[in-house]
Amino acid sequence: MAGKIIEVENLEHSFGDFKAVDDITFSVEEGEIFSFLGPNGAGKSTTINVLTTQLSCQKGSAKVCGFDVRTRPHDVKKSIGIVFQDEVLDRDLTVRETLEFHGRIYSMPRDQRIAREKELIELVELGEKWNERTKNLSGGMKRRLEIARGLMTRPRVLFLDEPTIGLDPQTRLRIWDYIKGINEEGTTIFLTTHYMDEADRLSDRIEIIDRGKIIASGTAESLKNTLGEDMMYLETKDDDKAMEAAKKVAEVSQVKRVSSGLELILSADGAKVMPKVVRSIEKDGIGILSVRMKKPSLDDVFVHYTGREIRDGPAEPLSHMKRRH
Amino acid sequence: MAREFLTVYWREMIRFVRFKGQLFAALVQPALWLLLFGVAMSSNFTGGSIVFPTIPGVVDVDYLTFMAAGVMAMTALFTCLFGGMGLLFDKNWGIMKEMLASPMRSYHIQFGVGLGGVTKSLIQVGLIMGFGLLLGVEFFPGFSGFETVGAVLGILAFVVIFSAGFIFLSAGLAMRVESMESVQAMMTLLTMPLMFSSNALYSTSSFPAWLQAISAVNPLTYFVNGIRYFALGGDFTALGTHYEYTGGDILLSFAYLAVFTGLTSVFAWVSFKRAKVT
Repeated sequence: MAGKIIEVENLEHSFGDFKAVDDITFSVEEGEIFSFLGPNGAGKSTTINVLTTQLSCQKGSAKVCGFDVRTRPHDVKKSIGIVFQDEVLDRDLTVRETLEFHGRIYSMPRDQRIAREKELIELVELGEKWNERTKNLSGGMKRRLEIARGLMTRPRVLFLDEPTIGLDPQTRLRIWDYIKGINEEGTTIFLTTHYMDEADRLSDRIEIIDRGKIIASGTAESLKNTLGEDMMYLETKDDDKAMEAAKKVAEVSQVKRVSSGLELILSADGAKVMPKVVRSIEKDGIGILSVRMKKPSLDDVFVHYTGREIRDGPAEPLSHMKRRH
Repeated sequence: MAREFLTVYWREMIRFVRFKGQLFAALVQPALWLLLFGVAMSSNFTGGSIVFPTIPGVVDVDYLTFMAAGVMAMTALFTCLFGGMGLLFDKNWGIMKEMLASPMRSYHIQFGVGLGGVTKSLIQVGLIMGFGLLLGVEFFPGFSGFETVGAVLGILAFVVIFSAGFIFLSAGLAMRVESMESVQAMMTLLTMPLMFSSNALYSTSSFPAWLQAISAVNPLTYFVNGIRYFALGGDFTALGTHYEYTGGDILLSFAYLAVFTGLTSVFAWVSFKRAKVT
């Protein structure tokens, strides 16, 4: 049964003069994997913190599982699971104790708690580490333990704040598998990330956020399609003239200068448009040095809307960094 | 019934016994105080160079016995004043976020940690008392078995109320400040005046008026009064000072500590309620 599990309307949140979240509206359907994609400092964590009642809701409204975060924070807390961006583990508790502690502070009945501990430890494949203290786990294991912990209470929504930050590529793949598996069992996933590939691979729907505002939304496919079918890169002997020549081709919807030459956005299949572009340029007597083509990525979408690459985004405020030991 | 504070307490105690070095230090340090400072000072006083007047018919207490009560009180003070430091650690590198994000009300953290501090104090005070008796501390002079049990229970009641007061104070402070250094500095700054303006190690009767005024509001003074009353009785002399406590005095001392603990628990309650870790 699909329905809206998260509803956010005109949400705003400021830290002093700095508007971290600036009038955003969106909703999440029950059962989907929803991603908030944006550079560091875009307002992703602030939004998650408001939705999980860690920060107060200053302006606008937000409902999670039908409960208003302002008036029913206790009910919101009971119905969600959270995996924090930083490592939030007691280094001196064992894997089992970590799960036990969580289940107990959420007032789970004992039998249910023990059953869930065993089930989840298998899911994230930490059975062998059952009695190991968390400080002896690798980064990926810690993350898996935190995900298992977030699932202890069978939350309807699991919030994952940058779940694979700082992990190696192989570990990231495994974490993605777990996230997909959990979602298939019915848990709605709210994910924030600044990794394009992560959002692309996992999400049913994506909102791209930058400087506190939502700048684009849709499925990964639809977002990429807003940029047309293909992208083409050209190096020529005279980019100015080549630009004029390329614009004459009907299927070229946009031409832009980039550091290495020209970037063309094509509205039709590139394999067919490319010869036309090449012909048009050569007809004007301009030498072509190289031609390259690719499918648009989410990165291109981000650049398209912001004029910046995602990794050029502003650094996180210092206060968020101090916990990284 | 909400029992989440017991979970917080459970974790506090796991950590207490898991750090072997810290546990060892926590148990041995007070014993060393008693052994070194106590024996050194009392040999100074009883060596014969100073003769303190005694009153016929009133129990005269030797210095080791006198200061043992003080060492018990100071140990509880240190344990609890620094007991909130763990919270600061949890805030920066631990699971405070998890606890605050959970549906558990924040006062459960306060009471779980408080119960942990009180337990640690009780264990330490109990050990010093036992160790002191081995060293020759003459507690419970002329008490019957029944009176001794009552006296021990009285001492424990004082340990509980005093320890709760200071663990709430330090927990409340830890939830409000950001850096480890600033709490540590604050605690160190508090420790000295609390210790030296109290009657833990000497009599306050010959203090100048201003110092006596400080001593009179110092919770440690009332705690030590309580321990001495139960351990030594209501009428004794030590280092030439005559101590007389009535049951009423001790009830007032207890009431004073209860008020102090009430205030610090409200302070901690507000601190926890307002705490946000993001």
